[in-house]
Amino acid sequence: MNAIVKPRSDADWDVARVRRDFPILDQEVHGHPLAYLDNAATTQKPQSVIEAMDRYYRRDNANVHRGVHALAERATTDFEAARESVRRFINAPSAREIVFVRGTTEAINLVASSFGQGLREGDEVIITAMEHHANIVPWQLLRERTGVVLRVLPITPAGELDLEALPGLFSARTRLIALTHVSNALGTINPVRQVVAMAHEHGVPVLLDGAQAMPHMRVDVQALDCDFYAFSGHKLFGPTGIGVLYGRESLLQAMPPYQGGGEMIRTVSFEKTTFAGLPHRFEAGTPDIAGAIGLGRAIEYLEKLDWSAVMAYEHRLLEYATDRLKDIPGLRVIGEARDKVALVSFVMDDVHPHDMGTILDHRGLAVRAGHHCAMPVMTFYQVPATSRASMAFYNTVEEVDRLAAALRHARELLA
Amino acid sequence: MSELNDLYQELILDHKRHPRNFRDMPDATRAVDGHNPLCGDQLRLFVKVVGGRVEDVSFIGVGCAISMASASMLTETVKGRTVDEAQRLFADVHDLLTNDHPHTDPAELGNLGALAGVHEYPMRVKCATLSWHTLDTALTSDEDSVTTE
Repeated sequence: MNAIVKPRSDADWDVARVRRDFPILDQEVHGHPLAYLDNAATTQKPQSVIEAMDRYYRRDNANVHRGVHALAERATTDFEAARESVRRFINAPSAREIVFVRGTTEAINLVASSFGQGLREGDEVIITAMEHHANIVPWQLLRERTGVVLRVLPITPAGELDLEALPGLFSARTRLIALTHVSNALGTINPVRQVVAMAHEHGVPVLLDGAQAMPHMRVDVQALDCDFYAFSGHKLFGPTGIGVLYGRESLLQAMPPYQGGGEMIRTVSFEKTTFAGLPHRFEAGTPDIAGAIGLGRAIEYLEKLDWSAVMAYEHRLLEYATDRLKDIPGLRVIGEARDKVALVSFVMDDVHPHDMGTILDHRGLAVRAGHHCAMPVMTFYQVPATSRASMAFYNTVEEVDRLAAALRHARELLA
Repeated sequence: MSELNDLYQELILDHKRHPRNFRDMPDATRAVDGHNPLCGDQLRLFVKVVGGRVEDVSFIGVGCAISMASASMLTETVKGRTVDEAQRLFADVHDLLTNDHPHTDPAELGNLGALAGVHEYPMRVKCATLSWHTLDTALTSDEDSVTTE
């Protein structure tokens, strides 16, 4: 254990200062300072996001894209400004390619439903063995509706994609690859640029599930060259209920509407309805206006951070946490890919993840216990569930130390 | 919240480490699968009911300390009881774990009273009741599986 080097506090990343931006972190749970290590489930929100949403409801609340009164104009302006913030943040060519949805799950369902309408029986969709249920089930529903075939790219014991198997999965009928950018259960960062390049050689578009990638790195959809990119606001230090589907304009243009209703039409008569242009065609009904504004503000917060410092700091947290945890008798880390975000999934002999979750909670440590909505991953590793400590840039080395101590305590108590 | 030791009492830990009647039962009259999809706990409960009496009861499965200990204690308590008595026990345990003001006195439930601490942990109640719901299904219906959802 002495061999483990504790990362020094870093001049480039003042974590104490950053923590002050997140009011929720300053509290005690069961008599201990809260150590929030469940960021892969949802992240905490900076004060500026909370204030922006509060201000919207106090001053500006009105429906968007209708009404000429002052509040409607303010709400519309702020809502569309949030869309522009998203576009800028992920470097999309056009705001027409930014569709607001409820979250990553709805974004993928939108593609499966709308893009999926163009697929025929026998067409093929490739997913991977490390997907969240949100990137499995929509394709199974599409399979039931249209008879498409699902092909699954396997993973290696380290928890990486088995890229050597990918060329063999392509056929003349392959219509889409849908895969996660970062695994929520394992932390693996997938070589998505390489996958996109291989797919494009076959003329196949690629959807990336970016829910777990966005909070840990800067994503540039043009650099990735992906065709769809989906993510959630609440995992990006923004509110729940809002998410984004980026779609390449040429693809979105060709796709039929996802849901029908207000907001997504140009004219309606009982004989014929013409649909609005992008992106509103995919945004039926009143959107989550406050959510979009909150997400926009979260992005403004993130844009001010030094991302090379964020990534270096998180990498040190990951290495430190991995070393400390692997040093604990009976503990096995699940997912040891070379490229990982700051997330450690693990199991411990004789201590079930649910008991672990309760014991850690008693010491103020919030971790996730369960199958992480990735049951095929659990099956692959032959475990019913894991415990998962997932970190963000506001977590500290001291929190990792407390986690390690609590894990040893759990083993003493239950084994 | 109460002390962790109220949840993980020595009796519960003992049943977790050494589950009783943890075995298959080839001549069972009923075998029912219990599943908690939220946490992945999975068990199969076997009962052998002869003449309205639970002659034998056993289980196999995987789960957390609370679900395993609860199932183990269930088998010890229910074995030899009439079906009516077993159902009353189910009702009492359910009452003890889920009601804020249970009418059941933990002291009257013997070893099962050790489960009373689970009430303070709402997220864990389903762990403790899984085997009991499975027993109830085995004794009162034709279903072959039950989930806590």
